[in-house]
Formats: sequence, C-alpha cells, structure tokens
Amino acid sequence: MAKEQVEFELVSPEKLLFSQSVDMVVVPGEDGDFGVLPRHAPMISTVRPGVIAIYSGKEVSERIFVAGGFAEVTGERCTVLAEIALRVGEIDKAAVKQQLQDAKEDLSDAKDDAARDAARKQIGLSEAMLNAAG
Amino acid sequence: MPNLNDLKLRISSVKSTQKITSAMKMVAAAKLRRAQEQAEASRPYAERMERMLGSLAASAGKQPGASPLLVGTGKDDVHLLIVAAADRGLCGGFNSNIVKEARNKANALIRAGKTVKIFCVGRKSRDQLRRSFRENIVGTLEDVAKPSLGFDKAATVADRVLAMFKAGEFDVCTVFYAKFKSVISQVPTAQQLIPFEAEGAAEAPALSEGGIYDYEPSDEKILSDLLPRNIAVQIFKAMLENNASEHGARMSAMDNATRNAGEMIDRLSIQYNRTRQANITNELIEIISAKEAL
Repeated sequence: MAKEQVEFELVSPEKLLFSQSVDMVVVPGEDGDFGVLPRHAPMISTVRPGVIAIYSGKEVSERIFVAGGFAEVTGERCTVLAEIALRVGEIDKAAVKQQLQDAKEDLSDAKDDAARDAARKQIGLSEAMLNAAG
Repeated sequence: MPNLNDLKLRISSVKSTQKITSAMKMVAAAKLRRAQEQAEASRPYAERMERMLGSLAASAGKQPGASPLLVGTGKDDVHLLIVAAADRGLCGGFNSNIVKEARNKANALIRAGKTVKIFCVGRKSRDQLRRSFRENIVGTLEDVAKPSLGFDKAATVADRVLAMFKAGEFDVCTVFYAKFKSVISQVPTAQQLIPFEAEGAAEAPALSEGGIYDYEPSDEKILSDLLPRNIAVQIFKAMLENNASEHGARMSAMDNATRNAGEMIDRLSIQYNRTRQANITNELIEIISAKEAL
C-alpha cells in the first residue's frame, strides 16, 4: 500500500502558490506550531507570522514564510490561506531590516492608535521574517 | 459641392482615428488576457475562504452575541454602496451600466426612507455619481489598477469600510461591480458584503466530508479574524472581475469603433472619387464649350 500523504495547499489572494502531496507539514498556529500528518483531526486555526516547514520523509524539504492567515485541516488535506508567502531563501534580509527600521520610526512618530497598531504589526512581521531568515 | 481638399483631410483624420482605436483594441486584448489570468488565479483563495466561512457561520452564527459582521446590526437604516467601476472611459457601456445599477438601488433606498452612503472605486464611478449624489459620496479610491491591481488596494478599501462599520456609520454594505462572463458580456452585479451572505448557503455539507471541525484558538476568535479578511477578499474579487470586464468591454467597443471607422472611410472615399470625377467632367465641358465658342 502506498504511503499515506497529506494534500498541502498554500493559497494567497493573488494565486495558488503551492499544491502537492507531502508527508508532513508543520504550521505555525496562533497557539503554537502544529504538525499535520495524514488523518489529522479536522480543524481550523489562525496562523501567526512564521515558517511553514514541509517534510518529505524525515527531512525538511521546503521552508516557506507566511505573514499570518488561516489553516484548514481535514483528514487528507491541509489548506493554508496566507496574505504574504515566500520561500525562506528568498527573504531579502537587508530590505526587511530597512522595513523594521522604518516601522520603528513610524511607531515613534505615530499620532493615533491606528497608526501605532499598524506600526507594531509591521514590526512584529519584520522581526518574524528576520527570525525565519536566521 | 464639398471641396476635394476637405474630403481628403477628413479621410486622413478618420484613418488616424482608426489606427488609434485598433491599437487600443490590441492593448485591451493583451491586458484582458492578463486580467483574466489574474482573476482565475485568485479564485482558489476566495473559494476556500468561502468554504471555511460557510462551515464556521453554520456553527457560530446561531449563537447569541455573534459578530455583527455576520448577522448584521439588526437595523437596515443606513446603506453603504461600494461602486466599483473603471478609471478610464472609452469602454462602451461598462461604466454606465454599473453606475446605473447602483443609481437605481440608491434611488429605491432613498424612496424607502433609508440613508444612502456611497464609496466610489474608480474615477469614472465618482464622476458619474457626483452629478446626482454629490452629498452621499463618503469616499473615493482612484488609480485602482495602477501600477498593478494588488491585494493591498482591496485591503485599503476594506479597512475604510470596516472602520466605518465599527463606528456605526452604516448597517448594510453592498458592492457593485461587473461580473466577467465573456468578452462580449459583462453583468453588473450587486453583492451584499455586510451582513455576510453565503453565496451558496447550500454548500454547508462541506462539513460532512471532514466531520465537525476543531477550532484553535476558538471559533469566535477565528470568526472575528476571518470575517474582516473575507470582506477584503470579496472586494478584491470584485476588483479583479471588474478589471477583466473593463478590458473586455473596451476590446469590443474598440472593435466596433474600428469597424465603424472603416465604413466611414469607404463612404468618404466614394464621395471623394465622385467629386473628383465631377470636377474633371466640369473641366472637360468648359474646355469643349470654350473651343466651340471660338
């Protein structure tokens, strides 16, 4: 019998980024990372900014950074809806550092709560991105 | 009798118009292909979002204290109409059809004693609505597809809409756009965003395939994240459909214009030749009669 696999799909509003059968994916959920193997209990979770690791066998075959979103898991499928997603190798560290710098300046210049929240969100995102890039 | 020179000038001016319209048609066709691809590429996201939301709404919607984004504010006094049209004209009845649809709805609502607020996406919708609903317009977004149509544009609109909703500035939100059916047919559509209306409410059996979902952290938390996101996604979908429709409409409008210009050139050429021949005949008659008079 063929080895059971999970259909993993990563979708952004602009396009379907990734769709293939994998052995396991680890998704950064809001309440902590969770691994999805075949016959996982169905669930829906929010995703925090972090790295999705795709395993083939026991090896990580691909690492993709997502900036938050939602994950839907059923027994045979795992669908992640993400706003921004890019491969960890493609993260431009210098650009992200610049963004982080800008966001920090925005935070100190922010006049109202909305601008402060936006700046804080951007800082969290940039930091998560830097962490992911290592 | 029309002057030969005038006719010549007119023919050449129609010819250059024809060149422009056929170039515009070509550009629209190229852009249409891209827009169509983009619209198709975005479909999986919207579909999956809808599926998730459908199953969530089925389980959480019945609880008391569900999000007003889902069940509404319980009133329908103030309506917000988001009218999405193009930034440019010269695309046949595309803009007017959307605006007409929105205007009818707005008039009906006003007659029913409701308050109407309008948010315009695209310069043309603003221009056309400004005439009759100047004081109802609460905001505009222009240059939608410049440099490219990205999700961030939809997110900006959604943020504005959500901020207004939170501030209690409206109860029901509807978006107007043209659904892309084919190059020759675009259907002006009104879609209600708030409160949430599942397009296929019958799709709830999506639950049956995986049984009942576990929610992490909790269904209310997810729902409160998912609903605002869904609004951005729906607006984005409307913008993409609109973009494809706009280029489709422009393509067929420019095709017609090119054909009309061709007909006009034929007609003018015939007239030009007739006039030229008449002139020659006249000159001959003059020469002959002058000779006879001698």
